[in-house]
Amino acid sequence: MRKRYYGWVAGGLLLLLVVAATAVVIHRNRTPDELDMSTSKLSESGLYRVAIIPAVEPVPINQMHSWTLEVLTADGQPVEDAVIGVNGDMPQHRHGMPTRPQVTANLGHGRYLVEGLRFQMGGWWVMEFEISSPGRHDRVAFNLMLQR
Amino acid sequence: MRPNQQPDGGRSKGVSWQSQLLLLAALAAAAAVTIYALWPRPTWSEPELATLRGLWLGSLPPLPADPSNQYADDAQAAALGHQLFFDTRFSGNGQVACATCHLPALDFQDGRHLAQGMGQVDMRTMPLMGVAYSPWLFWDGRKDSLWAQALGPLENPVEHGGSRVQFVHLLAEHYRPEYEAIFGPLPDLSHLPPTGGPIDNLAAQTAWQSMSRADQQMANQIFANMGKAIAAYERLLLPGPARFDAYVAAVLAGDERTAATIFTPDEVAGLRLFMGRGSCIDCHNGPLLTNNDFHNTGVPARPDLPVPMGRALGVHRLLADEFNCLGRYSDAAPTDCGELRFISIGSHQMAYQFKPPSLRNVAERPPYMHAGQIATLAAVIEHYNQAPAAPLGHTEIEPLGLTDQEKAQLLAFLHTLTGPINADARWLAPPP
Repeated sequence: MRKRYYGWVAGGLLLLLVVAATAVVIHRNRTPDELDMSTSKLSESGLYRVAIIPAVEPVPINQMHSWTLEVLTADGQPVEDAVIGVNGDMPQHRHGMPTRPQVTANLGHGRYLVEGLRFQMGGWWVMEFEISSPGRHDRVAFNLMLQR
Repeated sequence: MRPNQQPDGGRSKGVSWQSQLLLLAALAAAAAVTIYALWPRPTWSEPELATLRGLWLGSLPPLPADPSNQYADDAQAAALGHQLFFDTRFSGNGQVACATCHLPALDFQDGRHLAQGMGQVDMRTMPLMGVAYSPWLFWDGRKDSLWAQALGPLENPVEHGGSRVQFVHLLAEHYRPEYEAIFGPLPDLSHLPPTGGPIDNLAAQTAWQSMSRADQQMANQIFANMGKAIAAYERLLLPGPARFDAYVAAVLAGDERTAATIFTPDEVAGLRLFMGRGSCIDCHNGPLLTNNDFHNTGVPARPDLPVPMGRALGVHRLLADEFNCLGRYSDAAPTDCGELRFISIGSHQMAYQFKPPSLRNVAERPPYMHAGQIATLAAVIEHYNQAPAAPLGHTEIEPLGLTDQEKAQLLAFLHTLTGPINADARWLAPPP
């Protein structure tokens, strides 16, 4: 009976410690919910492949800056004639951006200049682009996790 | 005890070798976990260090250029601005100067609930340290440059209570050489009425309407130049390092021992709350501890005053202002006016939004909020902890659930943000 008792106690203790150690490690390395942080992706209906290229990286807070947006067709051809709307939002807060960024120049080769971006706080941001070219309208959203 | 020494032998041999191994493994694991848990770790993680660096005064960039004011960094303009700032003659009753509400000894504010000029203003005086970093001025951001801001109170009936034509005459009378050395010769003013301006004063308004458009523009230009000189002076009022900055410098240098002599454990805990659960850093970020944006945090309205619209009105007043960055008295090219070009307007979120002031020296200047509604810093923390509904629009904050101890820690931290004004001593006193 004695040896069985020792075995169970030792096994139980070991299990407890493994669980505790795992919990400690997980707690210490806690990360926000998994978000798609890619900077190049297909639009929602798959009409465009869109990439964001911030002029300042990492994307700063409290600093007005610009991005270049690259818009290609799904098979990689530049979209030269897109009309693009821009909107930024913080899903966990009751506000969006302090500025109203706009596409101010068509740089050619499917590239567009987006000016007037300023983020006023760190955390999770979603930047949405509504992209229209003749006969094709689609939307794409990028997640950003800005340093506080 | 070795199994083969068991006196009764056979089936009952005591603890089996498997069990012993298991026990040994358990003890080793326990030791490992204990060592891991107790191993000394730095106080701050790498991401937290990056955040601390962002709040540190050492990260403050050089003063941003003001393309709308070509005299912004002109030493003569600053000297003239210094004189104008303290000169009570530039008022309706000869008793109000900028320095009447922006007292150098009080961080260039007045410690009053509401500013007091020729009458009672419906807003709290804002401090000026580091003000040149802000793209927007006033609580509601109705001005987009320091020089345009300076012109507002001069003509407000309850502040300086004067008019621009009156100021133009005063300038010519008292500061002609100083003015002309910077801005060139003053034009002939003898045909102008003694007062006049497009303001809330019937006599001044009538006189203004009697002037030709060219004379109005001439007066506007001289008036704007006055503002540009005052702005050149105000740009020199910068924040100096606080105890917080010494703490961050030690932490960034990896000198935890020195850091521990600068901050108490409660102050460290308060800083952690500031950056974390308190969410203070959302709006109070960067080395000046403000994001210079506008937020509705549900601050109770004063029962004795109408509820102000905040940014919702400020943005329209800004766009209508002849002295804004795109106006004819601005020295900027339209492309330099990025803030105005990309300004966000007409959002329902703007009601009752106000600019978060810098938290540098915050403990030194009660009462708090845009109309001095909250008497103490402890009560401000309590406000954010409870997050009441806004009197107008929607509050952006949520209850924090801080304990009394945590609130005290946050308060202790806010007291570490006090530092000197970083400016030559001569700028902090009236001109000789």
